[in-house]
Amino acid sequence: MSFLQYLINGISLGSIYAIIALGYTMVYGIAKMLNFAHGDVIMVGAYVIFTTISTMGYPPIVGVIVAVALCTVLGITIERIAYKPLRGASSLAVLITAIGVSYFLQNMALIVFGADTKSFNSIVKFGPFHLGGLVISGETLVTIVSCIIIMIILTTFINKTKAGQAMLAVSEDKGAAVLMGINVNQTIALTFAIGSGLAAIAGSLLCSAYPTLSPYTGSMPGIKAFTAAVFGGIGSIPGAFVGGILLGVIEIFGKAYISSQLSDAIVFAVLIIVLIVKPSGILGKNRQEKV
Amino acid sequence: MKLRNKFKFDKRARQSLITYAMVIIAFVVVQILLATGSMTSLMKGLLVPLCVYAILAVSLNLTVGILGELSLGHAGFMCIGAFTGAFFSKCVQDVITIGWLRISIAIILGSAMAGLFGFLIGMPVLRLKGDYLAIVTLGFGEIIKTVVNVVYIGRDENGFHFSIKSNMDLNMTENGKTIVKGAQGITGTPKDATFTIGIILLLVTLFIVLNLINSRDGRAIMAIRDNRIAAESVGINITKYKLMAFSISAALAGSAGVLYAHNLNTLTASTNNFGYNMSINILVFVVLGGIGNIRGSIIGAVILTLLPELLRSFNLDNLRMLIYAIILIVVMLFNSAPSFIQFREKVTAVVKSKLPKKGGVN
Amino acid sequence: MKNVKKVLAIALASVMAFATVACGNEGTPAVGTESGKTAAAGTWRIGGIGPTTGGAAVYGQAVQNGAQIAVDEINAAGGINGVMIEYTFEDDENIAEKGVNAYNSLKDWGMQMLLGTVTTTPCIAVSAEAAADNMFLLTPSGSSTDILEGKTNAFQVCFTDPNQGQGSAQYIGENNMASKVAVIYDSSNAYSQGIYEKFAQEAKNYSFEIVSAEAFTADSNTDFSVQLQKAKDAGAELLFLPIYCEQSALILTQANAMGYKPTIFSCDGMDGILTLDNFDVALAEGVILLTPFVADATDDATVSFVTKYQAAYGEIPNQFAADAYDGVYIIKAAIEAANATPDMSVSDLCDALKEAMVNITVDGLTGTGMTWEATGEVSKDPKAMVIKDGVYVGY
Repeated sequence: MSFLQYLINGISLGSIYAIIALGYTMVYGIAKMLNFAHGDVIMVGAYVIFTTISTMGYPPIVGVIVAVALCTVLGITIERIAYKPLRGASSLAVLITAIGVSYFLQNMALIVFGADTKSFNSIVKFGPFHLGGLVISGETLVTIVSCIIIMIILTTFINKTKAGQAMLAVSEDKGAAVLMGINVNQTIALTFAIGSGLAAIAGSLLCSAYPTLSPYTGSMPGIKAFTAAVFGGIGSIPGAFVGGILLGVIEIFGKAYISSQLSDAIVFAVLIIVLIVKPSGILGKNRQEKV
Repeated sequence: MKLRNKFKFDKRARQSLITYAMVIIAFVVVQILLATGSMTSLMKGLLVPLCVYAILAVSLNLTVGILGELSLGHAGFMCIGAFTGAFFSKCVQDVITIGWLRISIAIILGSAMAGLFGFLIGMPVLRLKGDYLAIVTLGFGEIIKTVVNVVYIGRDENGFHFSIKSNMDLNMTENGKTIVKGAQGITGTPKDATFTIGIILLLVTLFIVLNLINSRDGRAIMAIRDNRIAAESVGINITKYKLMAFSISAALAGSAGVLYAHNLNTLTASTNNFGYNMSINILVFVVLGGIGNIRGSIIGAVILTLLPELLRSFNLDNLRMLIYAIILIVVMLFNSAPSFIQFREKVTAVVKSKLPKKGGVN
Repeated sequence: MKNVKKVLAIALASVMAFATVACGNEGTPAVGTESGKTAAAGTWRIGGIGPTTGGAAVYGQAVQNGAQIAVDEINAAGGINGVMIEYTFEDDENIAEKGVNAYNSLKDWGMQMLLGTVTTTPCIAVSAEAAADNMFLLTPSGSSTDILEGKTNAFQVCFTDPNQGQGSAQYIGENNMASKVAVIYDSSNAYSQGIYEKFAQEAKNYSFEIVSAEAFTADSNTDFSVQLQKAKDAGAELLFLPIYCEQSALILTQANAMGYKPTIFSCDGMDGILTLDNFDVALAEGVILLTPFVADATDDATVSFVTKYQAAYGEIPNQFAADAYDGVYIIKAAIEAANATPDMSVSDLCDALKEAMVNITVDGLTGTGMTWEATGEVSKDPKAMVIKDGVYVGY
């Protein structure tokens, strides 16, 4: 029984990683950059929801909509100010700038919202459900369902719309995409907008399931989701989903059956083994290097 | 980038000499300031950390700049060196009482251990590329940090006791002393690190790295960076040279770790000092100083370590780290954004045309 | 690349120049202090160190603010022996190395006594530096015994970790609160680990049994479903949480969600749970904690402190703020008992205060009749409090 309980908890945690990892993987696929500030956008989203729901008293759904809107704007702004000027520069330069943005967001939140941890009111108002000896919380249910819905919408968007096809084209070959008349700058901005909007949703789910909020809330889930994205094959949307879920399950099982202190080490060890066996991740495309 | 071009030998030797000279001059200036008593306590306290970060930056530059592989786990090697060195010094504290001798042996042991780990980790992972390698090195860094946090080592008259559970599981006799105490780490490492030792270690690091770069092996390593397939086709043993650069880089990071451990009374492995935060910080030094530019690494490490400390004197409270973040972003944009670089070149051209020509300016 | 180097070189030069200027401005008292001559006569210079940024910022800021209130009170009442206090606080980000930097920076400022540092790891490093300088150090909340070990200049306001572990085991054992106990502790935190180890050792002397002891680390401190499940499966009636209130709040929420309702027993780190922004206090109903300070106490001193703190900082103070507040008054009592004057050198002042510390008795927010051993350990009684209807009441 506890095995099933652990499995459900693992999938729930993994779904949150998966939603965050989607943001990482989309940005990576299209802009070829590791957006280390992604985790902190989650934190900003969570603070926005906290302010609208708990401080201003609006219903949760309003909070989520406001957060998605604000984070989308934030994502586009960050891209415009910090990343766009660096297009064409070395990828390391962009990486360091992203780290700078991450520090900036954390310290800004520290000043605006204070250092004390806030207790987050869950946006899910139902549950828990008892199934035999199993306990499934409302948050778990909402998280898993949202993750699947987001996956479906995103896949449809990319395969069926013009903007989605443009994204695919840019991720395949930026130069050729320009020749085809695709506005690369706009496409990249759109990617950041979607990624950051997803981050806001991830923030609301993360803080509902694990209800604390501080300026550093986003950084560890960010790193883990980045790991999940690489695990599944970075740049691949189904890969982010698979990687996220697996990572969550491994983390919970590692904690439960091996050692609660070493769970992070176990997660990374599995990741390393997978990458050594399959160097481009579980669902990643293996690109042959050409001369 | 500079080294990639075809320079005459004497030009390269001169560049190396300038780097050595810079370090030695800095040492002499500091000694003069110390002797005349015109150095603040804050600066005095920062001297050893500056050496530590300079060594770390130079060693990471070997991996990132010369070998051309992104590593996000450099702090893990530093951690191994630090714990090995501190453990040794703690054990022989009463046997070897001469500070410089104790730390010298600790440095040798620490860097050997870190180098060994670099070799062992490098073997499987160096066949990965780019961001995959980055995440795997980050993973190893985190594993090292997590494992160090659960290790307990104690000693009593029956010898050493080892546990990964808790202090009580060591089953020691009454006189037993715990040396490594899990998350509480090692406390009471003798403070053997001095600025002189730090500078000597930095010079040794420079000597190793610069000589490697200017050697046949170094050229092979850079050939792999510039074009792996071409290098392979002319018969360069890719694995051997990659491992060589990676292990040397790890060993040097380990020696910096030993220095770090002997400058503080307490040594714990947290995210901030041995986790990915530190690895990323070292990477920032390297990128800001110029990838592949050894002298730049030292300058970058010195400036970025001093910056947040010097911001203290403005009484900014928690604005301090925000300003640090803004400076970091602005400097990156200024240094790397193509449009900024064009703008800078234009300005330089205008200034140059206005100034009378001088000879001998580098 | 050449341009980059030039830019860097110029930047370095300006940083260096700036450093020299900074020394020029603030270095005057520092030189005095270091050569053992008189510090800026006419004021007491108390320095504080703690994390005001980074993950532990909440504790550092509480200490900074709590001490500030005490300093303002004392200055408004005419200072210590008629001499005003100057108080400066430096950030250490909860990193040992930065703590030493902050300490050196405060020395440059002319610090005569240190009220810090807040968190354990930096405190061990700083207390070693302070011992070398013979600088008087009173830590409000650094609770490890390593801070005091082998040093004569260091004193604590709070209990030591083993002290709390022993107290908790004794309390649970003597009151027969449970026969099966589970523990969840933070293995990456010296405070939590210190309490747990002593607790586990002491538990052997009592009738209860530790059926599950699970750890978590700073990197994975949001999901406790596994630890709770194990405690539940082992049939623990009492859950001992020697951790801070942020994680405790999560554990309470998650335990509630899974329908697990053991008795919760905790230490002083739990204080602050009721004032945690937006926390549903109904979840903390029945929690028992050993703590020296509760913000809801009704004695005049606490009420006055809490009112002032809330007016100034808009928050309800936690025990860190109270420890810091007491810390300033303890320094005051020691100075008065030693009849010290601000023109004494740092080392002489430290020697005088050391002697005075073992003789004074202080009534503060965190305990009445506090006295000190020469080792630096405080002796005061922890109070067991239980949360009823959202407030602390004596157990």
